[in-house]
Formats: sequence, structure tokens, C-alpha cells
Amino acid sequence: MTPDRLKNRRLAGVFLLGWVLFNYPVLSLFNRHTTLLGIPLIYAYVFGAWALVIVLIMLGARFSRRPPGQGR
Amino acid sequence: MLTTGTILLVAFGYMGLLFAVAHLADRRAAQGRSIISNPYIYALSLAVYCTAWTFYGSVGRAAAGGLAFLPTYIGPTLLCTLGWVVLRKIVRISKVHRITSIADFIASRYGKSSTLGSMVAIIAVLGIIPYIALQLKAISMSFNIINHYPLIVMPRYVANVPVIEDTAFYVALLLALFAILFGTRHLDATERHEGVVAAIAFESIIKLLAFLCVGVVVTYGMFQGFGDLFAKASALPRLQELFISDIRTGQYFGWLLEIILSMLVLVCLPRQFQVIIVENVNEDHLQKAMWLFPLYLLAINVFVLPIAFGGSLYFTAGVDADTFVLTLPMAMRHEALALIVFIGGMSAATGMVIMATVALSTMICNDLVMPVLLRLPFVRIARSGELSSMVLNIRRGSIALVLLSAYAYYHFIGEAYALVSIGLISFVAVAQFAPAMLGGIFWKHGTCTGAISGLAAGFALWAYTLVLPSLVEAGLITPEAATRGLLGVAALRPFPLFGLEGLDPIAHAVFWTLLVNAGLYVGVSLFSRQNALEHTQAALFVDVFTYPAKPEDSSIWRGTAFVTDLRSLLERFLGTQRTTEALNAFADKRKIRWGPLSTANPALVTYAETLLAGAIGSASARVMVASVVKEEPLGLGEVMNILDETRQVIAYSRELERAHSELKSANLRLKELDRLKDEFISTVTHELRTPLTAVRSIAEILHANPRLPQDQHRNLTALVVKESERLTRLINQVLDFQKMETGKMEWQMLPVDMREICREALASVRQLLDEKRIQANLDVPDHAPPVFGDRDRLMQVMINLLSNAVKFCKDVGSRVDVHLNVLPDRLEVAVADNGVGIRAEDLEVIFEEFRQSWQGSRGRPAGSGLGLAITRRIVEVHGGRIWAESRLGLGSTFTFTLPFKAPPVQEKY
Repeated sequence: MTPDRLKNRRLAGVFLLGWVLFNYPVLSLFNRHTTLLGIPLIYAYVFGAWALVIVLIMLGARFSRRPPGQGR
Repeated sequence: MLTTGTILLVAFGYMGLLFAVAHLADRRAAQGRSIISNPYIYALSLAVYCTAWTFYGSVGRAAAGGLAFLPTYIGPTLLCTLGWVVLRKIVRISKVHRITSIADFIASRYGKSSTLGSMVAIIAVLGIIPYIALQLKAISMSFNIINHYPLIVMPRYVANVPVIEDTAFYVALLLALFAILFGTRHLDATERHEGVVAAIAFESIIKLLAFLCVGVVVTYGMFQGFGDLFAKASALPRLQELFISDIRTGQYFGWLLEIILSMLVLVCLPRQFQVIIVENVNEDHLQKAMWLFPLYLLAINVFVLPIAFGGSLYFTAGVDADTFVLTLPMAMRHEALALIVFIGGMSAATGMVIMATVALSTMICNDLVMPVLLRLPFVRIARSGELSSMVLNIRRGSIALVLLSAYAYYHFIGEAYALVSIGLISFVAVAQFAPAMLGGIFWKHGTCTGAISGLAAGFALWAYTLVLPSLVEAGLITPEAATRGLLGVAALRPFPLFGLEGLDPIAHAVFWTLLVNAGLYVGVSLFSRQNALEHTQAALFVDVFTYPAKPEDSSIWRGTAFVTDLRSLLERFLGTQRTTEALNAFADKRKIRWGPLSTANPALVTYAETLLAGAIGSASARVMVASVVKEEPLGLGEVMNILDETRQVIAYSRELERAHSELKSANLRLKELDRLKDEFISTVTHELRTPLTAVRSIAEILHANPRLPQDQHRNLTALVVKESERLTRLINQVLDFQKMETGKMEWQMLPVDMREICREALASVRQLLDEKRIQANLDVPDHAPPVFGDRDRLMQVMINLLSNAVKFCKDVGSRVDVHLNVLPDRLEVAVADNGVGIRAEDLEVIFEEFRQSWQGSRGRPAGSGLGLAITRRIVEVHGGRIWAESRLGLGSTFTFTLPFKAPPVQEKY
């Protein structure tokens, strides 16, 4: 179970990160009238953070993969 | 050329394509070459989450509230991060218990309660039918709009068409046909529908592509990219307001609640439960789907804001933002694109309708109709013939019923709502399952009563705080309670309940319903008790990863049934062939043969119940199996059952106890060894100090008296020599012992003549014997076969034994006898003395390292305590043994044996 535990811990970390990124007060830091490359800051931030979380899930889920065919 | 004919042709052609895809997938599945068994199709099928509400409604919501549409998609992303913990556990549980729906899941967890199952089913039906209606409405609305091309006419200005001319009606009929054809093909023990899943995945591709097409055309066709679009939008104060999100500090809580809501519904929506859990082919697919699905959500949302702003900039007024996705291509005179969007919207709607209908029909059949039928005394189906076609017909009927009621809802009531509000109201309804479900898989003490109370209260509050006001708003009813509060108390108004201001109606309802639901679930659970079945199920669910994979291995049935009864029961639901296959598989695995009158063991009964649960749900399966199993009253069976339940616990605790006692004894031994070591060190140092002191004092005498007489001088120096020899011997012994202990000693095993060794040993201690005037006798036979051994070590044994004997001899009349006996398979050497003897209790311990026989009066050990230990080691290495016999005051005999056969190769010593 150890690789699974590690994976669980990593993904739980990603969850907490996502939770912080998508909620007050971090969200409010970006809630202002500026643009990033022509895109309103909050939109760019939310989509950027979203993409980051997805990449982190991908990494977290991919590492410590079980050897194939070892069904449990 | 967007004529009505073309549009209808494309629409129904698309439906035909769906049938083809599903048919192909079913055929491939029948051939054993599944096309859905990979993580990509699985992830795409999860995207059934994106309905017409996403496709059309998100833009409408973004146009009104900026980012407000996003929590619905961020929530699922966050849940996916927990996918490996939460979703995998639910998938595993469902596979083990052959769960067919979320109602089944919750019912099964709380002791296969049919009350709970039917409650969940009713809430799901009531919550989801408006949602299905919403999809039909979207299809109808989009058809009406595109049908007016090139004019852009809003549906609310379109006269209500009669049912017979309504496209949505025919689409509903076709969808019902589809769901019946591919969703109720057979009664399966695993209730999976490959054709349906393949069609859903196909639809997910279509809706994503369609949406991306519009997005790209609007962003890069109407405008010059994102920058240009947002720059133009910022010129309008009305739109610029949306650039900072409307989430003032107080409103962040609403945003948070909506994220939580969408997290929960990702597993609580019946259709999501169906695709994620029931239709899952392989647990490992979750691993990729966990990030592919959020990626899909991200992709389909990237262009929502550009389209919302594009539409708001383009149409100044009169066009509903919910329709921007379709009306923008129309306004640009992009006929093909408009048609693609129409199909995309249709795929989003139909995908949801199909999956939701299939999931609901399973629930209605297994958790509403069957339990009632099984209990009606006059129906007597428990004893009647073949039932599988009846079950399938009930499902077909419920599919038709669900779709027709959804259509009726849309046609007669639904016109009054915006797209988004219906969707969110449904979300809140199904989110009521979350406490019982998530609590059920992580908390063993949740009880059935607790789950029922929480669910009932949550549902009632949902109806009161959300449905009632929306009905009032729609002008359908105007009850006094809604406006003036229940019983005229203003605090009890549905919205805001207890004056909870600052939240929008959805967040307000999420807060109150989930708070009360979860609160009652936990609270009532803490004050109620589980029955035996609930208790077992709770353990099986929560500890699913530690229990055996097959439920029959942890069976909870007590009582007996005839195998033939069980067989005929299964045949009625699963058919003869599948029953025979399943029972044979069971018998083969356990190497059982059943005769005509065999009774089924609990494992078989549980196995049969699980098989049935896959077809008709766990609660109904239990009732059916109970009809043929005679449960025994309290007795041996009960006791065995209790034993069975606690078997694993006991096994674990036994293991623990054993490990504990092993540790304890190891610890004792260590302590003893430690003590002996200390003693040894003090003995050895003492022994070293004695000769050392002697040498030193003699040296001092010699130093202080240089003119000692010669003979005295010689005596003293002889003493020095003797004492140093003693020192050397002692040190050698310690070194030898250490070598033997660590296995570094090398042995040269050659044939040796023991008689010779005895003689030589006696000769070398001759001086000692003479000093003490001890008479020594050697008694060896004329002929003795050689033994295999290390000559020097055997010599050491003899010398050790002899000097030991000398040490314990009395001062006068002593004698030492050495006997050598030839026995058939070994030699036996005995060294006897008539010295002080050894106490009986010391006979054994003297051979242990650091142990010595204490010479009573002198109170001090007579050696290092290693001599005999080394002797024993040497004898043992040679495959022999050594022991001592003695009578106090009369002398003692040390005897050792040496076998003729060479001992096996030694690894140690």
C-alpha cells in the first residue's frame, strides 16, 4: 500500500492547494481592474490556476504507478 | 440553406448515428473486444456532466455574472484530486457488492434498507425530472431559434407549439427508444451498458468540438483574438463591471458553497454515479480520467467568457444570453457553424437525458417497484415463474415514464424557468445524498435511522427553501407560507430562512439543507443503534480495502437453504444459462459437488444474493433470498455468525498477542544476557588482575631487593612465568570464545585417533597432577576407530576437562580417571574425579558461558567461566554432546561423545 499512500498524500496536497487557490482570500488578490496580456486578471488567474491543478493531478497520479497487471 | 427539412434531417440523422455507435459498441462487447475499456473513453463518458446547461447556460450566466458560472466546474476538478481516495473506494465497494445505482449504494450501506433505497430513488426522480425537462427544453429552444434563420427570434416570442408539432417531443420519444434498446438489453449481474457509454463518449466529443468551433470563430472571426475582445468589452461600463468578479467579501461564501455543491454532485448525480462507478470497467482507468476529465471541463469553458462578451457586444438588446452560442453564428451568417452548434447542443442534451434515464429507471425498478411487488401478498411473485423479462419490462416502462413526465414538465411548467436555475435546483436535491454516502464510506457508526433522518430533513428543506419560492416566482402558486412565513412567523419564510441574508437562493439552500442534513445524520447516528446487518455492511464498506475481495468470504447469512431453491430463484431473474454458469464457477472454485438435496452454505447464499443484487438491487435481493432461506433462530448458527464477524479481529489480536509475548521473552533474554555480560566482564577483569598483581608485586620485590639469594630469586621469577602463562591462557580463552561466537573459527576436520589425544592430554597436564599429587589413570581399549575432528580443538577439550578436574580435587588422596569407550556409533570419553563435586542445580548451567560453579567456602569462581562453554561448543561442532554427573563431596564425571560419522558441514562455529 505504500505507493498508494504516497499518491494519496500527494493528491491530498493538490486538493488543499486548489482549495486555497480558488477561495477567499487568495482569489480576492486577483480581483482587480488590470489585465494580463489583454485578458482581465481574474480570468487569467482562475484559468491558469485551474490548468496548474490539472497538471499537478496528472503528475501526482502518474508517479508511483503500480506495475501493470498487478491487480489488487 | 437552413430549411426546416435540412435541420430535421441532420437532427434525426445524428440520432441515427448515435444508434449506430451504440450498436457497434454492443456488438464489439459481445465479441469480447470492448471499445470502451480504456481511460480515454471513460474520461469522455464522465463528461456527460456537461449538459445543455453547460452548452447554452454557461454563457448566459457569464454574461450576467462574469465568473459566476465557474464554481460548477472547479468543484469537480477539486473532487478529482481526491478521486484516488474517494472515487476509487466507491468503485471498489460497488464492484464487490455489485451496486447498481446510488440508491442501491446507500440502501446497501445501511443494512440493505429498502426504505432508505426508495427514499433516495424518490428524491432522485423528483430532483432529476426537471433537469431532464431542461434538456428537452434546450433542444426545443435551439430548434425553434435555428428554424427561424435568418431571423433571430427569441423563444419566448414563439407561440407554444402543440405537442404533436414539437420536435422535442419526437426527440424525447427517440431517446426513450434509445434508452430502452441499449439500456435494458439484458439483466446483467454487473449492470453495465457498453453501447450507451460509447454513445455518451461520442456525444462528449461532438459537444466539445462544436463549442470550440464557435469559440474560435467568435474570438478570431468577429474579433481579433482575446485581447481585442476584452478591450472592446472594457469600453462598455456594463461589461467592464464583470471584469472583476461580483464576489464581494460576503459573497465569497456563496462561491465556496457552490464549489462544495458541485464537488458533491459529481458523485451524487445518478447519471454521474452510473458512468463513474457502475460503468467503470477497470479501477485503474480512474488514474488517467482524474486529470483528463478536468481538462475536458477546462477546454469547454475557455471560450465561455469570450462568447458571452462577444454576444453582449454584438446584440444590444432583445437576445437572450442563453442563446448566444447559437445566435452569434446565425448573426454572422455562418450556416454550417449554426448547424454544428445545434447538433452540439443536442448532443449535450441527449447525452444527459440518456444516461439519467437509464440510471433513474434502474433505481425506480430496483428500489421502488420491486420492493413493493415483493411485499404485496396477493402478487405472489416470490413464488411465481420467470421474472427477468418482468424486471426488464418494469425498467422499460420506467424509462418511458421518466421521459414522458420530463416532457410534460417542460411543456406545461418548465417554460417559466431560466436554464440555469433548474439545473442548480436539481444539484441541491441530489447533493442531499452526500452526507449519507460519504459518511457511509468513511464513518462506520452512521446508522440507517441517521441517514433517513438527514435525508428526509434535507429533502424537505430543499423543497421548502428552493422549490417553493421558485414556484411562487413562476406564478404557479401563491401560498401564504411563502410570502409571510410558516405559521405567519417571518423568520420561517423560505427565503431568507431565519433571516440569513447575503447569499443567493442556491447558496442559501445549500447551506441550510446540507447543514441540517449532515447535522441530523451525525447526531441521530450517535444516538441510535445499528442492527447486525447494518453493522456488518458498515464494516464491509468502510474497510473495503482490508476485507477479502469477495463478499461471500465474509458472509453474514446464518441459516440454511436448499441449493435447488437458490438455483431456481436465480434462474427466474438471470435465466438458466447464466445461473448454471455462475453456480458452476462457484462450485469449481470451491471444489464442491451438489446433489439434489444439498443444503447451501452461507457463502453460497451470500454469493446468490450478490448475483441477484446486480440484477434487482441489494434491498430487493435480500428480500428474495430471504424467501427461500430459513434463517435459524438463535443457536449455534448465531454463535458461528458472531464468531465469523469477529473472526478477523480475533485473528489480528492473537497475532498481536503472540508478537507481544515474543518481544517480551526476547527482551527478558536480552536482559539476562546483558547481566551475564556484566558479570563476565567483572570476572574476567578480576581474573586478569590477580595474576597481574602477583607479577607486579614480585617485580617490586625483585626491584627493591637486588641482592636476594639465588634460589629465592629463581622461585620468584618462576612465579612470574607461571602467572604470565595464566594471563596468556585467560586471554586466549576469551579470544577463542569470541571467535567461536562470531563464527570466525576455522576447523580442520581430519580423522584422528582419540586414544592418542587422551594420552597426550594426560602427558601435558602431568606436571599439574604431580604438583597436587593426584593419581591419574588412563583406561583406553586396544583398538578404537578414528573419529573426524580438529585435533588441536579436541586436545583443548581434554586439557580443559582435566585441568578442571585438577582444580576441584581435594588436597589429599585425589585421583582422576579417563575412560574411553567404543560404542556402535560413537566414542564416549569420561573424565572422572573424586573432588568436591558440583551441586545438582549447577550441572546444566556450568556449561553456559560466563557461568561458574561457586566453590562454596571460598566464594569466588575458579576460572574465567569460559572453559566449559568453549568445551561444549567444540564437542557440539563435532556432532557430539557433553554432560556432567556429580555427587557433592564425592566427585564428578564429565562425559562427552564423538560420533564416527563426520558431522555435516558447519556454517557457524
